[in-house]
Amino acid sequence: MRKMTLAAMLLAATALSLPAHATDFRIGLQEDPDVLDPDQSRTFVGRIVYAALCDKLVDITPDLEIVPQLATDWSWSDDGLQLTMNLREGVTFHDGTPFDAEAVRANIERSTMMPESRRKSELASIAGTEVTGPHQVTFTLTNPDATLIAQFADRAGMMISPTAAAEAGVGFGANPVCSGPFQFAQRIQQDRIVLERFDAYWNADAIHLDSVTYLPIPDTTVRLANLRAGDLHMLERLAATDAASVRADDDLQYAEAVSLGYQGITINVGNGEGADHPVGTNTLLRQALELSIDRQALNQVVFEGVFAAGNQSFPPNSPWYNADIPIPARDVERARELIAEAGFERVPLEVMVTNNPVDMQVGQVLQAMAGEAGFDITLRAMEFASLLADQSAGTYQASRIGWSGRVDPDGNIHQFVTCDGGINDSGFCDPAVDALLNTARTSTDPAVRKQSYDAARAILAEELPLIYLYHQTWIWALADTVEGFTPYPDGMIRLEGVMVQ
Amino acid sequence: MLAYVGKRIAIAIPTVLIVSLFVFSLQHLLPGDPILVLAGEERDPAVIEFLREKYRLNDPIPVQYLAWLGNVLQGDLGISWRTNQPVLELIGQKLPVTIQLAVMAMIIAMLIGIPAGILSAVKKGTVIDYTANVIALSGLSIPNFWLGILLILLVSVHLGWLPASGYESPFVDPVRSLQTMIMPAFVLGTALAATLMRHTRSAMLGVLQADYVRTARAKGLRERRVVLRHAFRNGLLPVVTLSALLFGELLAGAVLTEQIFTIPGFGKLIVDAVFNRDYAVVQGVVLCTAVGFIVMNLIADVLYALLNPRIREGL
Repeated sequence: MRKMTLAAMLLAATALSLPAHATDFRIGLQEDPDVLDPDQSRTFVGRIVYAALCDKLVDITPDLEIVPQLATDWSWSDDGLQLTMNLREGVTFHDGTPFDAEAVRANIERSTMMPESRRKSELASIAGTEVTGPHQVTFTLTNPDATLIAQFADRAGMMISPTAAAEAGVGFGANPVCSGPFQFAQRIQQDRIVLERFDAYWNADAIHLDSVTYLPIPDTTVRLANLRAGDLHMLERLAATDAASVRADDDLQYAEAVSLGYQGITINVGNGEGADHPVGTNTLLRQALELSIDRQALNQVVFEGVFAAGNQSFPPNSPWYNADIPIPARDVERARELIAEAGFERVPLEVMVTNNPVDMQVGQVLQAMAGEAGFDITLRAMEFASLLADQSAGTYQASRIGWSGRVDPDGNIHQFVTCDGGINDSGFCDPAVDALLNTARTSTDPAVRKQSYDAARAILAEELPLIYLYHQTWIWALADTVEGFTPYPDGMIRLEGVMVQ
Repeated sequence: MLAYVGKRIAIAIPTVLIVSLFVFSLQHLLPGDPILVLAGEERDPAVIEFLREKYRLNDPIPVQYLAWLGNVLQGDLGISWRTNQPVLELIGQKLPVTIQLAVMAMIIAMLIGIPAGILSAVKKGTVIDYTANVIALSGLSIPNFWLGILLILLVSVHLGWLPASGYESPFVDPVRSLQTMIMPAFVLGTALAATLMRHTRSAMLGVLQADYVRTARAKGLRERRVVLRHAFRNGLLPVVTLSALLFGELLAGAVLTEQIFTIPGFGKLIVDAVFNRDYAVVQGVVLCTAVGFIVMNLIADVLYALLNPRIREGL
């Protein structure tokens, strides 16, 4: 009897451990996502999971054009205060609830009203949502808002089942119900998130995978080892230093896209008492600091040239980049002259950096370069939560920090450099910049917007409350059996068209 | 015996309370604002204020502590600030994983460490003794993360024998569960084996010189019997205490190994919680760890008393 039980157990174990015929697509993530509720979540990796789980009103192309997803077309009123969207018919949520105008209204209401919602500022311009047809909604705005459509291309535009949301309330994230190509199956925190193919998906023909498993593997070496060992189909955020080895590996594929965000040094020029330091009070010194840095060399030394050097809030390949202000070449002589002009010989500066090896390396390269021009940089290595707190409180001189980036250019600049900007940790304030960025925000004419951003950049390039250094490149490594993956600058993994041979 | 256990438990309760108070206070001394981390990149002031109220951060710290303690006494450890999952559920999910890892590591450590310790004591001053010592010293000196990564590269990437990382519950797939756990358990186990070996060796050396061992030998007993039946039983005493302490350490100390092998265990839970300033999880996990430690020590004391009657009589 005991033998039989053992045999049965072994048989069951073997059956369970045999690879199934269904294609389970395994993706290695750098972190474990936070709560899986589009209204409450705030992590980048969370958005990667949503790309398969939750459809949005609109999506972007790799060239950042806005294209229909759940909304098929839209139009603006002449005064820019009303946006009317026609919605896709025949779409259902994973729980069978039909997707219609009423569902959109409920979603927007949740995003703007729920106290826990992190989406309020993104949708702040919406005064009301009106159901103007079974599959048509009209948004009324408090002021013209050119950024709204782009907001709908991210979490603020993700539609969750109103039935499930009403039932689960704040606890929605434990069992998220959306209308994307895959539906939620299981989550074990810090271990895996499993999604299964949603057969009733409106674009089911584009989906060739039966399920997808996201595995948070924080260590980049181990993540790559998993891919090489065949335990993963793909991974996100490959370390730049591993890029060459992946490119040289015949069993792997390499994909990359320059991100929408930026990395740089935020200088405290007016945020509390911390702003009272030479570099914070003297524009010439900030200009000298910028001139002391060789951005290409920094990129080569720390990131093996994989990232994109930059000097503005948008990467050089962006249509919003001001080409009249190219990346300045390093000029140590000129930097020294500026320092002398400002009345200094050596300039002390304390820069906060997060205490991870790569960021420390960036800090050290900057320290060495600026040192040659006359800056005595002290690096204050901190853990991210502490760095953020000091930055927000203004108890710092300069901080090596970046921004994940937004589809609409406004998201990369307005809140950082306008006087009342929500994340203006630099404390920079110039009414002229405010006026220009407000015009760019409210105008729906791309030419007017571009002109305003260019004019604002001209001021910011002189004042330098932020010295932009580089733009991260999203790097994906894939097994050679994977086909059909398209890299997007937002770093998301869209599974439409992806298949495993 | 019961009185002895009762007394030990009575000492344990204030210890747990002190630990919880200590952790609670220490956490609030940490730099960094948990709400800033939680509010998201945009840091909406309305959201920040709401979250402060929700997690009672506007209350004085003693009030926060008492509120938390009150809930704990009712069996409610709160909800993870990061994922909204109940802390108790998280602990229930992660603790068995780490216990499985710790038990496997402990078995490997004992299988290697104790026999090596006895052998090295019995063969003191010989090549065997020196070899065992050198191996033990290497086991202690090689960092876990380095050994772990090398093992992954060798066993998983080059040889393809075992999965590189990850975890599977033994109830879902026992074979894969073993496959995923062998490497991390080995990495943890080798370091412990070294400690165990050194302690077994010195304990055995002391005991082997005792009078009763000489008497046993004088009676004409075979050396094997002298070592295993007479000396080893007494020599085991400090090893039992050490094992209990080491096991307790394993529960909270497997952090690096869990991180490298991506095992969703207790260590990884607390490290992630600290970095994300997930106060509820940190408090819950530390409380559980403290209780775990105390229970392990209690068990060690009881075992001690069982192995050596003088201890329970001395009370």
